[in-house]
Amino acid sequence: MNKKLLTWDFWTFVTISSVAVFGLFLMYPLFSLFISSFLDPATGVFTLENFSKFFSRKYYYQSLINSMWVTTCVTILSIMIGTALAYFMTAFKVKGKGAVEVLVIISMLSPPFIGAYSWVLLGGRSGIITQFLSDLFQMEWPSIYGFSGILLVLTLKLYPFIYLYVSGALKKIDASLIEAAESLGCSGIKKVVTVIMPLVMPTLLAGALMVFMNALADFGTPMLIGEGFNVMPVMIYSEFINEVGGQANFAAAMATLMVILTTTIFLLQKYVVNRKSFTMSSLRPMQAKGLSGLKNIVMHIAIYGLVLVSIIPQVTVIYTSFLKTKGQIFVSGFSLDSYRIVFDNLALAITNTYVYSFVAISLIVFFGMLVAYITTRRKSWLTDMIDTLTMFPYIIPGSVLGITLLLAFNEDPLILSGTATIIIVSLVIRRLPYTLRSSSAILYQISPSVEEASISLGASPLKTFFKITAVMMIPGVLSGAILSWITCINELSSSVILYTGGTKTMSVAIYTEVIRASYGTAAALSTILTLTTVIGLLLFFKVSGSRDISL
Amino acid sequence: MSVAIHIDHVIKRYDQVTIIPNLSAHIKNGEFFTLLGPSGCGKTTLLRMIAGFNSIEGGEIKFDDLVINEIPTHKRNIGMVFQSYAIFPHLTVRENIEYGLKLRRFNKTEIKTKVDAILKAVKIEEYQDRLPERLSGGQQQRVALARAIVIHPNVLLMDEPLSNLDAKLRVEMRSAIREVQNQVGITTVYVTHDQEEALAISDRIAVMQTGVIEQIGKPQSIYTRPYNVFVSTFIGHSNLFAGKIKVEDHKTFVLFQDGYQFEMDNLGAVTDGQEVIISVRPEEFSVQENGIQCTIHNRVFLGKYVNYTLTFAPGMVIKNQSATEFSQDLGHAEKVFEIGETMILRPNKAKVNIFTADQRMNLIRDVKQYE
Repeated sequence: MNKKLLTWDFWTFVTISSVAVFGLFLMYPLFSLFISSFLDPATGVFTLENFSKFFSRKYYYQSLINSMWVTTCVTILSIMIGTALAYFMTAFKVKGKGAVEVLVIISMLSPPFIGAYSWVLLGGRSGIITQFLSDLFQMEWPSIYGFSGILLVLTLKLYPFIYLYVSGALKKIDASLIEAAESLGCSGIKKVVTVIMPLVMPTLLAGALMVFMNALADFGTPMLIGEGFNVMPVMIYSEFINEVGGQANFAAAMATLMVILTTTIFLLQKYVVNRKSFTMSSLRPMQAKGLSGLKNIVMHIAIYGLVLVSIIPQVTVIYTSFLKTKGQIFVSGFSLDSYRIVFDNLALAITNTYVYSFVAISLIVFFGMLVAYITTRRKSWLTDMIDTLTMFPYIIPGSVLGITLLLAFNEDPLILSGTATIIIVSLVIRRLPYTLRSSSAILYQISPSVEEASISLGASPLKTFFKITAVMMIPGVLSGAILSWITCINELSSSVILYTGGTKTMSVAIYTEVIRASYGTAAALSTILTLTTVIGLLLFFKVSGSRDISL
Repeated sequence: MSVAIHIDHVIKRYDQVTIIPNLSAHIKNGEFFTLLGPSGCGKTTLLRMIAGFNSIEGGEIKFDDLVINEIPTHKRNIGMVFQSYAIFPHLTVRENIEYGLKLRRFNKTEIKTKVDAILKAVKIEEYQDRLPERLSGGQQQRVALARAIVIHPNVLLMDEPLSNLDAKLRVEMRSAIREVQNQVGITTVYVTHDQEEALAISDRIAVMQTGVIEQIGKPQSIYTRPYNVFVSTFIGHSNLFAGKIKVEDHKTFVLFQDGYQFEMDNLGAVTDGQEVIISVRPEEFSVQENGIQCTIHNRVFLGKYVNYTLTFAPGMVIKNQSATEFSQDLGHAEKVFEIGETMILRPNKAKVNIFTADQRMNLIRDVKQYE
């Protein structure tokens, strides 16, 4: 602490710049959105018309009910599957545990719409399974479209979050706690309910929030597989796209409702978790026990079955990418035609994806470390404000962020719409908070005396940051950044709103190809994307030296 | 290049809370000076003000004649050793020690000579290419010491450097630090809450409480002639008795409540009937035929000594002290007493200290607060 209120040094500069950046690219757009939702599209006067329109027509408000309904179901199912998997994988010996874990993570990290569209390929009207069943047994396969399809795809994509969170918490439970329960005469299922469940509850709730937010905000899945089952993100998107050129006030009103909804849920979760939060550290984690006989077989079948179903979309996509196509139709035999078409026509999308994601991730790492430093080591009301601001991207759905940016930067003085900049900005804003949190966590682990030692030896504070602090932070930050990078290359919901012909990314290209029913090229692109994801994941394992994924 | 440190009327405030109200001390060139006090007394705060990690809200600190208040830490040329060692975990032992030298732009051969010499002095040559995580606590602290000394700093500042080490290593490192400090002859300010460590290592000790220096002195004078009751009870144990001065025929006597008295010829200005506190250390008693009577409440056998906890008649002792104790030296003891037995103890009048009733001052002649 210095006696002068404001000493002009590098960190003051960082503080002020980050306030400016968050103000310009987060608060200002969000504010524009709110304002815009209260304006009459034709006259531009203040009105509540947009909101009353939404609540007076079933077509509109049904999408809110649908969203809530499917999101709640996805969350509950994910909790059940994820918790069960985590418990069995931790408490009992499972053969091929490592492989199971990696496959589960891959299914989580690949874009959800790939799941949606491969399930359409498999179980859609002319899907492989559907054809097979009706040809052989004249059997009617239940419809994959609508509510059940979204539920299936999102649950399979999101239960891994719960799995990772809960197994992380289970690893932190000291075996002596369970032994203590047993010594007090508590065993079996009672032990799980009275000791283990309460201990993992805060973590489970955190994971559940992740699942809920992701399911609620997901755009690709309901767009591809939802058909008549309208949900909010799809509704916002189509209203917004329909009104391009005109005013997007109605879409803005829906987006505002969405932000209000996510904020409420976020605060509710935070309130519940804060009331029952505690820290655990285990000296002696639980040991996995071997199961025997029928129980063991049933457990293995269930786990392998689950993993198989989760990974089917990726396998289907890779398989179909090598099928021979004629125009848009698959014909028998294999070929590399789809890849040829992709490289001829869609090479730009591939380069864009890599360029944008690398630029974004570099910015994220750079800003993340600097901002983490000011919020942990240079605390003031300004840095507290930055800390709060960085919470917003957690709760703003991707498509809403896309709309806010587009609304805010569509006119003078700063026109960014249609540029690569706006897509990179959206990636940075969405992922920066994650890197920021992990960087802060790393910084808290570094004793301030290490920095003071460097300063006492004659290095200026700034030099110390770059020579000592940053160097010590880098390994942890980088491994987190690889995960962020994976989510960047798979990002769809805001890019699909922000892209133009020249700034198309792979995930946008896959989406448009699927819409045009060019399944071959979509599969080829998805394969490239999945492969990149897997390589990224392997890189992460190598850099971090562990399999602990935190998103 | 070692300097003297002059601390003149410095003030430390955090917002509205004053940690150090007005503190002065003068540390001589080449001296090993220790700041000793209970936790929260402001000793680390003061050290960090000298280092420049804490700002100075009033007064000034000078290195020789240079006021350093506004000089940033990295330009003060200090060496600092931290409680947590603060070794750079990504650099090897040698690279850690080179760090400060490289910043000072020494050439390669100079750096090598200096580092080799210091590695030898702190006895860690064999670990020089290791990463710090593979070193023990004691070895890490040697690295920290080498890294701080190798740059030939103006002053060496040490913030509880031994408190994370186990007891045996602490004693070993204590002498290592003292030895190296002697070799280099560098002004050292050392912070600790461990009185034994302070007594063993220091040229002079400043005993601090709530931001105030209660006494500065050589280890021996601090122990034998504490300036006030706080120092006498904080450094070692002291039994405090309520007493009275009696002046008769130009002779001065000290009276216990039960009437036992002895003559003292080393008291300063006292008046007849003045209420005083008689402070007797546990080893300053001997079992005699006349003296003050007490009962044994508890007994602990400690090898060289037997430590008795004593109960005196009501009103004899000052209230609110931890315990009244007698350490019986087994080398000379004629009899070991049982719990519940009564004994008569005589204080050694050449050793006891007499304090004013308000506990603020020692009445023995020529006891200085700041030596």
